[in-house]
Amino acid sequence: MVPGIVAFTGKFFPHSFTLLRNVADIMDFFEPDYFIELLFSGLTKGAIYALIALGYTMVYGIIGLINFAHGEIYMIGAFTALIVSTVLSIYGFPLLAIFILAAVAAVVWASAYGYTIERLAYRPLRNAPRLSPLISAIGMSIFLQNYVLLAQTSDFQPFPALVPDFAFMEPVAHIVGSTDLVILVVSVIVMILLTVMIKFTRTGKAMRATAQDKKMALLVGINVDNVISITFITGSALAAIGGLLIASHVGQINFYIGFIAGIKAFTAAVLGGIGSIPGAVLGSFILGLTESFATGYVSSDYEDVFAFSLLVLILIFRPAGLLGKSTIEKV
Amino acid sequence: MLPLKDIRNGLMVAGWFVFLTFPLMVIKVNPVEKTIVWRWPNMLYVAAGSFIAYLYVKLAQKNKKAAILVACWTAYLALPLIRYFMYQDISILIWDTTTSIYAAVGAFHMILTLCLFHKHHILRKILSGIWLLFIGTPVVMLLAQAAGKILLPKIPAALHFLTPFIITIEHIQFWNWIRILWVALACYLLYSSLQTYLASKRNIMPDHLTNEPKIRWSQYLYKRPVYLPLLTFCSTFFLLFPHLFSTYQVNIMISALMYVVLGLGLNIVVGVAGLLDLGYVAFYAVGAYSYALLNMHFDLGFWVVLPIGGILGAFFGILLGIPVLRLRGDYLAIVTLGFGEIIRLVLENWNDFSQGPSGISNIDRPPLPGVDLSLEGSIVYMYYLTIVMVIFTIFVVNRLQDSRIGRAWFALREDEIACQAMGIDKMKTKLTAFALGATWAGMVGVLFAAKTTFVNPASFTFLESAIILCIVVLGGMGSIVGVIISALVLILMPEYLRAFSDYRMLVFGAVLVIMMVFKPRGLISSVRRTYTINDETL
Amino acid sequence: MEPLLNVQKLTMDFGGIRAIDRLDVQVHAGQIVALIGPNGAGKTTFFNCITGIYKPTAGHILLQPPGKKQKRLNGLKPNKVTEQGLARTFQNIRLFPNMTVLENVMIGMHCRTNAKIFGAIFRNPQTRKEEQYIVDHSYSILKKVRLQTFANEYAKNLPYGAQRRLEIARALATDPFMLLLDEPAAGMNPQETLELDNLITQIRDEGLAILLIEHDMKLVMSISDYIFVVDYGKKIAEGTPEEIAQNPAVIKAYLGEDVEHA
Repeated sequence: MVPGIVAFTGKFFPHSFTLLRNVADIMDFFEPDYFIELLFSGLTKGAIYALIALGYTMVYGIIGLINFAHGEIYMIGAFTALIVSTVLSIYGFPLLAIFILAAVAAVVWASAYGYTIERLAYRPLRNAPRLSPLISAIGMSIFLQNYVLLAQTSDFQPFPALVPDFAFMEPVAHIVGSTDLVILVVSVIVMILLTVMIKFTRTGKAMRATAQDKKMALLVGINVDNVISITFITGSALAAIGGLLIASHVGQINFYIGFIAGIKAFTAAVLGGIGSIPGAVLGSFILGLTESFATGYVSSDYEDVFAFSLLVLILIFRPAGLLGKSTIEKV
Repeated sequence: MLPLKDIRNGLMVAGWFVFLTFPLMVIKVNPVEKTIVWRWPNMLYVAAGSFIAYLYVKLAQKNKKAAILVACWTAYLALPLIRYFMYQDISILIWDTTTSIYAAVGAFHMILTLCLFHKHHILRKILSGIWLLFIGTPVVMLLAQAAGKILLPKIPAALHFLTPFIITIEHIQFWNWIRILWVALACYLLYSSLQTYLASKRNIMPDHLTNEPKIRWSQYLYKRPVYLPLLTFCSTFFLLFPHLFSTYQVNIMISALMYVVLGLGLNIVVGVAGLLDLGYVAFYAVGAYSYALLNMHFDLGFWVVLPIGGILGAFFGILLGIPVLRLRGDYLAIVTLGFGEIIRLVLENWNDFSQGPSGISNIDRPPLPGVDLSLEGSIVYMYYLTIVMVIFTIFVVNRLQDSRIGRAWFALREDEIACQAMGIDKMKTKLTAFALGATWAGMVGVLFAAKTTFVNPASFTFLESAIILCIVVLGGMGSIVGVIISALVLILMPEYLRAFSDYRMLVFGAVLVIMMVFKPRGLISSVRRTYTINDETL
Repeated sequence: MEPLLNVQKLTMDFGGIRAIDRLDVQVHAGQIVALIGPNGAGKTTFFNCITGIYKPTAGHILLQPPGKKQKRLNGLKPNKVTEQGLARTFQNIRLFPNMTVLENVMIGMHCRTNAKIFGAIFRNPQTRKEEQYIVDHSYSILKKVRLQTFANEYAKNLPYGAQRRLEIARALATDPFMLLLDEPAAGMNPQETLELDNLITQIRDEGLAILLIEHDMKLVMSISDYIFVVDYGKKIAEGTPEEIAQNPAVIKAYLGEDVEHA
């Protein structure tokens, strides 16, 4: 297996796949193939982070809440996809149909969970002190993890490869896998769709207005509750797509994958300037590439350390993140 | 009763939850062997559960009293079942059936009194006394049985006449039913006198003056006649604790008390100074590892390392604080979270320094000069050490909050710009809060290492930080009493839920959400001190 | 005589917008000086520059504390400015809402006292004495603004006018020699404004210099010793109230074309 990908899986299952580098590996450093491989591994990782980070940043932008349960939505999306695809494959559906139906199911159910969580755990707390919804979110995160643990299993479940090895990828397959390509393409399409939605549709405009000033949005006749629900649904759908893609890439999931991925994605969102959608994407790609190159050229043990150190460094020099605006408080 | 509309909505909610949980609850696949298990009964449970929960919430919104009533009913009727599932012991089930009959009769009386009679009607008073008698009795019986079970082996046989309900004759225990009646009567008298007292208080204010701001129940805690007896009771309880309960219980209580200290420490940072710190556990790890390492390499004792751990905690607090404290709220949160993870990952991967994931074992327990302690003895000693630590922390935190610096912290939480305009150095004040909070984490870390005699990075995950933060917020930001109560509740609850082993973290998460939704300001809101000024001298 | 506050050619840019343009302002000891101008003229920005909340783009802010060396305030942190003896209030009230009225004033004395953590924990006699002094002195300031009956109320529960007076009390607690008041009469009824008028004069008579921003022309004209008029960040006039009232440029820019309605 290609080292970059091993490092990548190692990120999600810290002790199972870590590749200890030795002196011989140093020879790989200067090979262009290895570089490109790391580049693509980083881009793939960044794309997945971006799909999750967008949900964080949208929710934060609109209600100022760090939605700790967002990583769990991503995990539920992956699980739904696993269940649906297994059931369908038992009934003998073709691979493409399985992929599409699993994706649809993941999106539908993850959105439903996102919506329900907002209604149950956050909406009653809209006017509460700032930290109360945060605690509620942490509680929700713990609840959902254990819910999946109890309803399904605590073991790692193998996830079927939903993406076939494309014939046209054959010549470069040792550097870039077909799944990487699908992840990149799908996430870029999804991000473009999201941008179009936010920039040009009525709902998107309402979202932006609500993010700027909730009271004023209410006064000009925007149903703020609906807008917030839609934000959660959109964010959850993106996370579900991310969950599906990463699961079929890594090949196994368990109830805990949401937590670390969620934290990383949140880091990426903050890195780019939380609340800013291009910022989340930029932050995610920077984070993904940093992790990929750092693990490839330095050590895979300290992958997360690199990620968080990068965050600390960037925030020290740009306290509002890369693309975030440092607002001057009106006195 | 509930209108038809609510029932229809309830059905819709149930339908939604059935849909929501369908793939995860009903289907269970085995991707390797390609088999599916359909668990249809789960669907029914979800539907019934969500329907009932919805109706209950609706009821609670309409009529609080009725909701409490229903909760009582359910609790009492479900009690034997729960106990049966917990212990799988049929004898307990039989015993509890009698208590639930009592409870049912009591609940019936309660409905009668609530529905039929005017507030001040004499019959209502008598009837409410009776229902208390019926409902109170099983409660007292339960408590007595629990106490009896724990106490009996500890108390010399000669003193058994003091235990209220159980008579032991040659190792066979009998229930002393007469005494139960006495207790019930005492309950009734207490209740009626309390009611008379409350009624007399109510009548002082004419109706048109009573729409003053409602005093929260928690504020009664600050009244002298309330807190003095409570304080006496609590301190006696905690002092006698290791002699009343088993070593296992004492161990649990030690960790709960450690979380009290951690909560109070983080309370300085989050509750008082308003700095959201999600990586508090990092300083805890610093303390624990400093004791583990110093003990391993240099054979330094507990008492030497305790202050060192605190100082190292403060040092790391300042180290992290200087660059990051100028960040705004949530940016600070994620950076501290990142810092916490960095510390944990370094400990996990830097094998030469920290022995990696396997951790450091055989750390010395705290020695008691001149005494050779047994394992049990050292746990009891540890317990008292922790108690001393708790008292010390409460003392210091309380004094800090009431000082010039404490006021500056509170002010900083309220309004940073106004604070600076008042001549308060923002960075310095934040840094003191951050460093002081870290000091406590460092010291508790040392205590933790000494208690478990083993540390590894797995004890210092983000979940720990999250739980400590939950303690602070749930307790009511900035309130010392609140933090203590919530630490005890949050740490002891999962321990005592071990009977439900798998479900305990599920319940824990749900409780956090429910508590926040219904009490977003925490259990006990902090009350500012009032100053009495003798106007004449000025 | 050297002015207490001497602002020379102060300029403040936000991005491409020049909020203050080479503004000169002087405040002498024992004076009430008013800074007036239409909304958005840059008055509050001017305050923010002086008190260190914004860092001015260019110019000099020179402070001459009585009996001390002259000090340049540019680039100083807000708390350092306050330590120099320059206290301010805010246009949109910024009290500490969940602290008591007395505590709000006690916070003001923070920079004039110095109990440290050690003192806080052990409460040595010195700390206790200082604490007692803080309480007593704060209370006497509250009496001065007639808020003593509210001492143990939460600041957020005070009526609007009282909150404004509390801001002044809090600023006075920092022991300043000069007070900057940002629209102290905003939202007050005539009776409250009259009381405020008396309060400000009283503070002046106790030897403090006052620089105030105000829209209530009646108040400004009755208490000011000297007035600066600002529009679009530029000074368009200065002088005594009588001179300003006659100044055609002021009437045009500030009071509007129609003099009769002013």
